[in-house]
Amino acid sequence: MTDTAEPDAPYAVELAGITKRFPGVVANRDISLRVRQGEVHALCGENGAGKSTLMKILYGQLRPDEGTIAVNGEPVVFRSPADAIRVGIGMVHQHFMLADNLTIAENVLLGAERRLGIGAKAKAEIARLAATVGLDDDPDTLVEHLGVADRQRCEIIKVLYRGARIVILDEPTAVLVPQEVEDLFETIRGMKAEGYTFLFISHKLDEVRAIADSITVIRRGTYVGTADPREVTTRKLAEMMVGSELPSPQTRESTVTDREVLRIEGLQLAGEGAPLLDGIDLVVHAGEVLGIAGVEGNGQTELVETIMGIRRATAGRIVLGHGDRARDITKATTLERREAGIGYIPEDRSRHALLASQPLWANRVLGHQTRPPVARRRLIGLINRAAARKDTQRIVEEFDVRTPGVDVPAAALSGGNQQKLVIGRELSGDPVLLIAAHPTRGVDVGAQAGIWDELRAARHRGLAVLLISADLDELIGLSDTIKVMLRGRLVADADPATVTPEQLGAAMTGADGPEEGAA
Amino acid sequence: MTAPATSRPVPAARARRLPGWATSMLVVLVGLVVLSITATLTGQLQLTSAGTAQAAVQLLLPILFAGLGGLWAERAGVINLGLEGMMILGTWGAAWAGYQWGPWAALAAGAVFGALGGLLHAVATVTFGVNHIVSGVAITLLGAGVTKYLSTLLFLPVSANPRQSPPLRGFDSFSITPLTDVLDALVRANLVFVTDVAGILQGLLTGLTPTVLLGALAVPVTYLLLWRTAFGLRLRSCGENPVAAESLGVSVYTYKYIAVIVSGGLAGLGGAALVLNPGQLGYLEGQTGGRGYIGLAAMIFGNWRPGGLLAGSALFGYVDALQLRAGGDAVHALLYAGTILAVLVAVLWFAQRYWLAAVWALVAGLVVYLVYFFVDTIPSQFAAFAPQIVTLLVLAVASQRLRPPAADGLEYRRGEGD
Amino acid sequence: MSRLQTTLLPPLLAVLFAALLCSIALLISGDNPGAALAVMVTQLGAGTTAVDVINTGAVYYIAGLAVAVGFKMKLFNIGVEGQFRIAACVAAIVGGLLPLPPVLHVIVILLTGMLVGMLWALVPALLRAYRGVSEVISTIMLNAVATGVIAWLISPAAFGFVQGNNISTPPIAPTGHFPGIDLGPSGTIFGMVFVAALLGVGYWFLLGRTRFGFELTASGESPTAATAGGVEARRMVLIAMLMSGAVAGLIGLPEVLGREHAYTLVAPQGYGFTGIAIALLGRNHPAGIAVGALLWAFLDKSALALDNIGVPREIVLIMQGVIVLSVVVAYEIVRRYAMAAEQRRVAAELRAQQQPVAEGAAT
Repeated sequence: MTDTAEPDAPYAVELAGITKRFPGVVANRDISLRVRQGEVHALCGENGAGKSTLMKILYGQLRPDEGTIAVNGEPVVFRSPADAIRVGIGMVHQHFMLADNLTIAENVLLGAERRLGIGAKAKAEIARLAATVGLDDDPDTLVEHLGVADRQRCEIIKVLYRGARIVILDEPTAVLVPQEVEDLFETIRGMKAEGYTFLFISHKLDEVRAIADSITVIRRGTYVGTADPREVTTRKLAEMMVGSELPSPQTRESTVTDREVLRIEGLQLAGEGAPLLDGIDLVVHAGEVLGIAGVEGNGQTELVETIMGIRRATAGRIVLGHGDRARDITKATTLERREAGIGYIPEDRSRHALLASQPLWANRVLGHQTRPPVARRRLIGLINRAAARKDTQRIVEEFDVRTPGVDVPAAALSGGNQQKLVIGRELSGDPVLLIAAHPTRGVDVGAQAGIWDELRAARHRGLAVLLISADLDELIGLSDTIKVMLRGRLVADADPATVTPEQLGAAMTGADGPEEGAA
Repeated sequence: MTAPATSRPVPAARARRLPGWATSMLVVLVGLVVLSITATLTGQLQLTSAGTAQAAVQLLLPILFAGLGGLWAERAGVINLGLEGMMILGTWGAAWAGYQWGPWAALAAGAVFGALGGLLHAVATVTFGVNHIVSGVAITLLGAGVTKYLSTLLFLPVSANPRQSPPLRGFDSFSITPLTDVLDALVRANLVFVTDVAGILQGLLTGLTPTVLLGALAVPVTYLLLWRTAFGLRLRSCGENPVAAESLGVSVYTYKYIAVIVSGGLAGLGGAALVLNPGQLGYLEGQTGGRGYIGLAAMIFGNWRPGGLLAGSALFGYVDALQLRAGGDAVHALLYAGTILAVLVAVLWFAQRYWLAAVWALVAGLVVYLVYFFVDTIPSQFAAFAPQIVTLLVLAVASQRLRPPAADGLEYRRGEGD
Repeated sequence: MSRLQTTLLPPLLAVLFAALLCSIALLISGDNPGAALAVMVTQLGAGTTAVDVINTGAVYYIAGLAVAVGFKMKLFNIGVEGQFRIAACVAAIVGGLLPLPPVLHVIVILLTGMLVGMLWALVPALLRAYRGVSEVISTIMLNAVATGVIAWLISPAAFGFVQGNNISTPPIAPTGHFPGIDLGPSGTIFGMVFVAALLGVGYWFLLGRTRFGFELTASGESPTAATAGGVEARRMVLIAMLMSGAVAGLIGLPEVLGREHAYTLVAPQGYGFTGIAIALLGRNHPAGIAVGALLWAFLDKSALALDNIGVPREIVLIMQGVIVLSVVVAYEIVRRYAMAAEQRRVAAELRAQQQPVAEGAAT
């Protein structure tokens, strides 16, 4: 790894003591970061660690509550991204901001028409930059025709066109296939030689090691350390990201039976570039909690939605039940899957689980509108309001939902109470399988414990649970088995009682390859 | 690790493609040929007569302006269903200024009144985030009501009729005489294809008014402004991806306001065109007759581009003119033309190997021919809604190929990104 | 803000604002707003005005219901206008041509209306469900087609005949008349007023007590949550549009069955847009729509009374237009205000609780 950084030059970027608070959470606490000129500096951490917040501050989208920023040795204060752009910082977002119906040139020029106009001179410059980043297409091509990797190049050109010398890349490899990742790294190396500085946000340690000169790790909003990839081991890095201790699972008797409840074979889901699900095989038994570990964005959401029928698999099978009660539900509608006994706790309750302005009892009906007690047994197609209210009251009491009544709109409840309501609803009607995606996200600690107790009790009664979580406490505390998901595949199995943080972290970040130590 | 195949989203149509203007010329040429054949074979000479073409020009003007109005607004991401109401306001403003200060004032006032309606729509949708469709419908209601009120107040004393304006002076019409004389000679010469083309050209160059010239200019000006300037790029970006535009420093609200106000102004000009129609000068209650909506249809037909919009307006105006001047028999002959077109399209698609589509085109051609064969004449009431049927067909058949601005109709709030 | 406040405030504000604006317009044109208001109120006692308001109100109510069914799912059935007119025309023709025994005759006319309305909504429904075509444009196009088809249907070449200055479809025999309540000099209340009321009850029942109504509301509020909850979007779109069309088919029938007994050239237009206005005003709620319908009918009838004291009757149109526009703006303003108040309350509560740092809430 060539080192083009000059040791005596001022730092390209120097963040000191950055603190940023949001209501109820401290996203960044006293973080420092130093990036040399001409360096590729990686910023690593799990979801929720505070990486994106830090970069938004550096890019001028957020103002820090405390701390200073210096660029090329000069202290700066950013009031908006325009200020950051002016000093040569450019950000390539994880989610591209491109207009499909406009050409490459138009997307690049938008907002920067004053630099070189929008005619031949501008296009010549764009063509030159395109060569720098390896984009072959004519600038007059519609972005709609570009593949994912080329769109990313387009975003990089946007940034370069505005004079950026310091480029922030936010999870750039999230949507790329391995060959495209290699192409991107080639481009970065080439640009590094021309004097560009890169800040590279990622949680994929194997890639980070291949490209970075320096790695800074953040965990839970605080700075953990900076390492030189040539000297640090992957295991050590993973431990920095994930923590040196894992919660210990509570000893308990196993409730896992050998009755299969859910069997998934070869599940495929095509995506724009890389497949979103790439050959998933798993089995969940009655009385078992199967936990899926992994950093977000590796296909967990897609897996859950495919099981629930919100997305249709491109290939593979989903079977519910076993023996002669087994049902192939690969092509069933969402309602049919629910009626067959699948409960679903979505990761984003406000978008997928609740009707915000409707009263609690109406939310009780959602997903259960064809089943008693909410649906009338004898008069088909009718809703039994009184029964819905009564059952909602039951949920409120059993699950300790703090609410003045069952008539308040769901939006009036706090996040934790909303989640308790959702869980109570999904556990009603005796499901055989529960899909729980981040079930305690945004829930206060007290409610969290209560939810865990409910899940354990349900498991004891024979419920099969597929648990997706980024919270290792939750995952290790609840699961009987853990599988790790990375890039749409299940890459590792782990036993919660015996897995070490290095193993789990390494599997989650793809670092458990043969490379360890020197590049 | 395996490297799964990357699927390119939409393959770009490479090479082997004529530049845009060449394709348009080709389409026009084919259209003329088909019309000529139809006119000769069915004996309906009105299909290609100068009179029809001239009437078509007058009739397509309001549709063209309204359609351009719709285009400006939707390119910035705002659906403007209030075009009809803004057009009505335009008719009133044009008549009111027209009978006092002459035709040029009428044009200006029509645009201003329409623009006021546009301003109202902009305030409601952009600043207050009201649903575009609801706001549009409300403004149409309001426009009709305000116009009736003002008419009673200001026209009734002068014209003794609350539904009609006092008589106006229109523009003096002119023709491009040297050319029209030549074309006239060609028409009289009665040569098969030449006469037809000459007839249509003659009609296009006769009886012109400044309004027509304004309309003719509006199309290329719209194209140049929206596709060849920084202003236009920013405006279009608001309709494609306002979040991206905002992130790049474009003031999305400002451009939406401008677009919607211009949209109203254009619709108002359409109203002025109605009022200044040499054949029927003045304001008449209900004279817009849904043309605001036909303009939207022309915009969709034209795939949100000015050139296509012009083609759509021309098509609708032509059918309207034919029906008014030559009655149901001539429109009936158009079915014959439709059959020929369907067959030509089928042949084209066969050559391009779109087998299924080609078969459908043949079937459609057959159906149209059967209608032509068994029905003697198209009642005037049916010909009146031919534009709408065409639009429905386009929507049903080509909805995948249509490319509205990606963020059209989106209720955008600043800072919503991320 | 309480729920009642957020629901009632916007329409109230809108009406007041519209009244204010119109008063200013009247003042400018030299008329007396106070006298105008007085005359509008007192006319209710005179002649047949009160009964007329109820009759027209019932018609508007049905229109509002037709639109509201679609609105609940964020579907804009602008085609109610075309659907109601062509349904009324065809129903009148069928009723005029078919000799049938008394009750059956009326029922057949009603069913014809509903069927035709539903069919006219079928094409936009299919286009929206299967091709993703906006129902706004397709219904507007079909409105124009309806106008043309109706013009042909009532022409002497088809089913109509000339009657003085008017053209009409064959008159419906007395067996096809819907009996009303005759109040002597005060007028006759349409029998279909009760049908309208029944429709309202049906709408209330559908929304509140049936699975379909629940799924409709859920789809309109949060399509993503509805999908996760097992609602099939395509099916909902089709059924909602068809239902809207069927109800729309009834809009023209109170007048056809209760007064005109035929469909003529001067048959009323514009009820479709009135329905949209009323549904907005009444927030898609059966009671709210009823109040809106009566208000609208009241304003309509005021036009004549205003005429008598020399105030241009079109001021009523302006008032109606302003109400529609300002009610949607008012909804938005009230919503933002209520949300801001809610956020302040929540923030205050959070501060008071002094929670330990919650993890995983930021990116």
